[in-house]
Amino acid sequence: MDLNVDIGSLRLKNPLIAASGCFGYGVEYAEVVNLKTLGGIAVKGLFLSEREGHNPPRIVETPAGMLNAIGLQGIGVHRFVAEKLPDLYSQGATVIVNICGSTIDEYVEITRILADADGVNAIELNISCPNIKAGGITFGNSAVGTSEVVQAVRSVTKLPIIPKLTPNVTDIAGIARAAEEAGADAVSLVNTFLAMAIDVETRRPALSNGVGGLSGPAIRPIAVRMVYECSQAVTIPIIGMGGIMTARDVLEFIIAGATAVQVGTANFVNPNLWPKLLADLKEYLSRHNIERVQDLVGTLELTETQVWNSS
Amino acid sequence: MPVDVDARVVSNIRLSDDYNVVCLDAPALALGAQPGQFVMIKPVTGFEPLLRRPFSIFEVLPTSNSAPTGFSLLNKRVGIGTEILYSVEVDQEIRCLGPLGVPFTLVGPPQEAWIVAGGVGLAPFLTLASALQQSGTPTTLFYGGRRSADLFYLDAFTQLGVELVLATEDGSRGESGLVTAPLERALTASVVSAKPTLYACGPTPMMRTVAGLAAAHGRPCQVSLEPVMGCGMGGCYSCVVPVCNSEDEPTHFVRACLEGPVFDSQTITWNRL
Repeated sequence: MDLNVDIGSLRLKNPLIAASGCFGYGVEYAEVVNLKTLGGIAVKGLFLSEREGHNPPRIVETPAGMLNAIGLQGIGVHRFVAEKLPDLYSQGATVIVNICGSTIDEYVEITRILADADGVNAIELNISCPNIKAGGITFGNSAVGTSEVVQAVRSVTKLPIIPKLTPNVTDIAGIARAAEEAGADAVSLVNTFLAMAIDVETRRPALSNGVGGLSGPAIRPIAVRMVYECSQAVTIPIIGMGGIMTARDVLEFIIAGATAVQVGTANFVNPNLWPKLLADLKEYLSRHNIERVQDLVGTLELTETQVWNSS
Repeated sequence: MPVDVDARVVSNIRLSDDYNVVCLDAPALALGAQPGQFVMIKPVTGFEPLLRRPFSIFEVLPTSNSAPTGFSLLNKRVGIGTEILYSVEVDQEIRCLGPLGVPFTLVGPPQEAWIVAGGVGLAPFLTLASALQQSGTPTTLFYGGRRSADLFYLDAFTQLGVELVLATEDGSRGESGLVTAPLERALTASVVSAKPTLYACGPTPMMRTVAGLAAAHGRPCQVSLEPVMGCGMGGCYSCVVPVCNSEDEPTHFVRACLEGPVFDSQTITWNRL
């Protein structure tokens, strides 16, 4: 059975990736998870410099999900390369570095630093964090902004580039198309949905940041629809995510058109869910006589009345 | 190294309408657990609530040959997760990840240990008192609750040789008022005699007061903090605490699950907690 999937020039040993922001820098999980068995690890978003993040409370639970407004607390790209990357490299992890910038120059500068380091397998462009005011999302909110960031980063690296898209737009497929045309190797989607929870006793937002990003099983059907929608608009691979808890959920994204998937919030519930995800995925492929997981990508069966296209 | 196990409920002891102690069969987890460490538990398999909850390890449960068979949790029902834990049935299985976090640093004789607990903040201190007893460290528990019926396990501490100083807000047991009042008097009186190390866990205002008293009297103090936690593994960055380790360093956030839950109280920037 062949579980390999290709994201541009990068071959993943299986389609299961730990999602950025939900798996620290990967090394935190090394005692519990065999890091090299994952298809990839998308590490926590990095700016050029260290970043403090928002004041607590940073998370709140909601029905079948949670809101977060961490504010991209992080150690910055230099400390990541010096302190975390060698560990990930020596453990055989496939490392996708998620990067954020306040300016296009910052994305380019971080990319240059990572391209020179050993052990970086791909770069995920965070142009979709809903929780910070400057940067990131201001690019990802429009096709033009997305295109500008992708082109600038493309010009300085041959590493696979994966812009991570926000669902908080009216036309996500149009943005995916802009990313493809600008030279992206793949797109990943979706980041979290901008959301709010209120403490009715105090009449204040539950998060110190006021608003946050909704993740977890609650968002999965919307994410699946968006992956399907983008798969109709682009030919580059899609990395799907949003509320995956089980192999059944993984399969839903793959059938909708995702070549690989990221698992985020589920790590908090079950830090070593990977062996079971993989075993259940294999069991499905075997039961359906599918030799290569790539053969399942985008195999959604539709009747004439079910055909749907947003554009 | 933490393990993630399905732990069987051995007993659910209802202490009051709010408090209970749940004993869990989990030898692999209990082995190697140190005072002050915690577990992340998932009392339901569904999505309500979705996330695990952090709990201090209340007791390590021994067999007759004193090899650990499991551990217990002290629970107070305040929300959806603790409500479920209050109602668990014997033989039910609960997913438990642990032991996690930085434990208490133990003092030994001739130093004394003064433990300060408020309400459910008693949770990390039975294991601590046990360890202190084994080293022969004189130990006092300053324990405060809303009312007499909210003070638990007094006999267990007494049997460990712990001296008790009690306070209740309604005056129904011990001194009337907050437990920090007798603590302050004792610290003032102890200037020339005992040189206690303080250990505190309870409501944030209580811990802030204890940290202030420790600083004023030049005594070391370890606090066990209980911020909202997402994962317990360092993955999510939700449980951060503002700390400052030296004067030339700005206050910054560190993850309580990895660098805590036990902190030196002098490193906490209390006005931002």
